[in-house]
Amino acid sequence: MDYLWAFLIGGGICVIGQLLISLTRLTPARILVVFVTAGVFLTALGLYEPLVELGGAGATVPLTGFGYSLGMGAIEGAMESGVIGAFTGGMKATAGGVSAAILFGYLNALIFTPKTKK
Amino acid sequence: MPKPQTAQQKQYQQRVNEKMPRSNTFSQCIRAFVSGGIICCIGQAVRDLGEGPLGLSQDDTAAFTAMVMVFLGATLTGLGIYDKIGTWAGAGSIVPITGFANSIVSPAMEFKREGFVMGVGAKLFSIAGPVLVYGVSASILVGLIAYLMR
Repeated sequence: MDYLWAFLIGGGICVIGQLLISLTRLTPARILVVFVTAGVFLTALGLYEPLVELGGAGATVPLTGFGYSLGMGAIEGAMESGVIGAFTGGMKATAGGVSAAILFGYLNALIFTPKTKK
Repeated sequence: MPKPQTAQQKQYQQRVNEKMPRSNTFSQCIRAFVSGGIICCIGQAVRDLGEGPLGLSQDDTAAFTAMVMVFLGATLTGLGIYDKIGTWAGAGSIVPITGFANSIVSPAMEFKREGFVMGVGAKLFSIAGPVLVYGVSASILVGLIAYLMR
């Protein structure tokens, strides 16, 4: 059941992205920025949490889920340690993913060369 | 306000419209749905692995899932496989966090010849940078508002 919901919710979020690309010609970079920011604000409004509870990775794996982690971290940080927490919370919650992206991104860029596209 | 066109220009424009590949939004959405769904199911499997056999806490499971998915996305990009998936999957390969990893590796790989600092080092962030700028700024704003409304 978990997997069905992950599939449906994750797939649904990607369809929203596809519609934005197809209908508004937004570039992928803008899509990523829009999705992260949307994730942060939807989390702040309490609208994203139910999606995470229902869809699990279907809601956390898309970039809106990255925004969810940032937003939740900042809110929890703010509740625990005030203004300092609001600044540290988001980065703390996403540190693993960001650090992994930097390291694995760097290593892959060093090791591999671009494949020629047909 | 479009300029008045000569007959020749009109003919040309008509020809362009005929030849332009028509993107079928509906079939692209189906592809994005299926591929995005599959990627999220892989993420769910990683999550279950973290929560179950590895016995990680909830926060650590979230970090673990992000790290593994980023690793997969970055490595498949390096191997040239992710871009092949992307031509079929469209947004299904862009929106998941594996697409974020792809957006980090691709430009860095492309600009390697410009050196290790301003080539690889800087281009790693050509798309990830804006994502972090807007995401982190928004999170601080939200955190501050939550603090004031507490």
